[in-house]
Amino acid sequence: MMDIDELKKICREIRKDIINMTADAASGHPGGSLSAVELMAGLFYTQMKVDPENPDMEDRDRFVLSKGHAAPCYYAVLGEMGFFDKAEFKNFRQLHSILQGHPDAKKVPGIDASTGSLGQGISIAVGMALGAKAQKKDIKVYALLGDGELQEGQVWEACMAAANYHLDNLTIIIDNNGLQIDGTNDQVMSLGDLSSKFKAFGFQVLELPDGNNLEEVLAAYSISTMEGKPKCILAHTVKGKGISFMENQVGWHGKAPNEEERQQALKELEA
Amino acid sequence: MSELKAIRVAYGEALASLGEENEKVVVLDADLAHATMTATFGSKFPERFFNAGIAEANMVDMSAGLSTMGYIPFCSTFAVFGAGRAYEQVRNGVAYPNFNVKLGMTHSGITLGEDGGSHQAIEDMALMRVIPGMTVVVPCDANETHRAVKAVADMKGPAYLRLARLPSPVFEEDMPFEIGKANVLKEGKEAVVFACGIMVATALECAKRLESEGISITVVNMHTIKPIDQNCILKYASGCNHVITVEEHSTIGGLGDAVGEVLLNNKCNVSFKKIGVEDRFGQSGKPEDLLEEYGLSEKQVYNQIKGVLNR
Repeated sequence: MMDIDELKKICREIRKDIINMTADAASGHPGGSLSAVELMAGLFYTQMKVDPENPDMEDRDRFVLSKGHAAPCYYAVLGEMGFFDKAEFKNFRQLHSILQGHPDAKKVPGIDASTGSLGQGISIAVGMALGAKAQKKDIKVYALLGDGELQEGQVWEACMAAANYHLDNLTIIIDNNGLQIDGTNDQVMSLGDLSSKFKAFGFQVLELPDGNNLEEVLAAYSISTMEGKPKCILAHTVKGKGISFMENQVGWHGKAPNEEERQQALKELEA
Repeated sequence: MSELKAIRVAYGEALASLGEENEKVVVLDADLAHATMTATFGSKFPERFFNAGIAEANMVDMSAGLSTMGYIPFCSTFAVFGAGRAYEQVRNGVAYPNFNVKLGMTHSGITLGEDGGSHQAIEDMALMRVIPGMTVVVPCDANETHRAVKAVADMKGPAYLRLARLPSPVFEEDMPFEIGKANVLKEGKEAVVFACGIMVATALECAKRLESEGISITVVNMHTIKPIDQNCILKYASGCNHVITVEEHSTIGGLGDAVGEVLLNNKCNVSFKKIGVEDRFGQSGKPEDLLEEYGLSEKQVYNQIKGVLNR
């Protein structure tokens, strides 16, 4: 397995990519991208059976970014791994770019589902896991969801199906940063006791006090799945993590840094 | 054309025989398997049948996920739920990435009957037709349903099958079936009628009646609404003065508008009449009473065609 210090360095690069991509595009979603860095990088670099040289490799593991607005983080991870040329980062959100505002499976090597409309990615992942099971293949399926996204009723339809079909090849990861566009989750629509909810829906639940702590994240990923049960990693994260003026700020959900803010953010990441 | 058979029943049989030929075919339903008739497939291939429960949004996106694993999912429920409730799942989960998912939606139109307007999809063709890359097929009888199921399974990409509930006439002769290529059932001089679904048989009966009165019209089975057979429309529209469309669907956005767009775009100088449900919801009633109420009974369609011909 990859050295953890090495992976921490990569996470720092990914954060820089996120800042640069959103700043260059003057649009995009930095807050929820930054909160998901360790969750996504940890998964791709240490867990998933994928090959950047052969993105359509048969029997590869699958990942669905159900919170599709965290596309900058997804693109940064795939770019750093070599699924496509990092020069593409500059074209994020531009006309004819493969890097659309939200992930487009038709365009990006390594992306298997088009997401962005919240609540749908988890269902697609359930379908993938169901397909893998039906073929009796050792394919693991992962979906990353936002906490605000859990307000979509479809998420719970999907959870019901995941348990019903005993999809122990499915892991859903909740990037629980506590904030959404209009305010905190509690100000907008309280999510209640998520751990109990997922348990009640038949998931094996692992709660991470700090989902931006790489050691914790990797430890959670290495815990084996209970037979017959889908797994839910409920990770408490910080929206805007790593950039002092973005951390826990609602306003940085869908706002890009200006030039001055970019420079300050990059300086903080270098420190 | 004496035998009656429901298109949805043929759909169930077609899926079951397709399942035998192709092990990649999987079927999903949302607790309506005995109404959509997918239960026929389910009892034959239980390991390839997934009941999603009463959760259409999740069902459509699960189909999307299954398609990425190499399967050909046929996803079924009532048209009002499949094209309506799960519209955005069809748009973003299935069509936007151009996934190979087939939506076989039954109980379309007002002939669903007694359950009433809440369940009668009169806008599903319009909803599906505007989605980029979506193929829309409306089989006219049980035999054509078999061929349509096979054809959409053989093509790549998303397709919507609009399937009626009630027993309807089965055409005796086996017609060819190619997606996007209309079938001309009868040729005439004074008008051309483009019909789809169960209205094809109605249109043909009207044409026979007119024939006995010395009026000859062309009847076309427009089984594919998208891609629409432009060549056929232009060929027959240019040969007569009147173009008429007949559909068990709103006159807004369905077959009528698909044909009308072709006529307008090509500056066809013909009279044009859309026969269908006139911008209102359905309601409870016996299917034959509903057809009468909404102007789609054989007598009413005949009268409307005759009105166009001014005879």
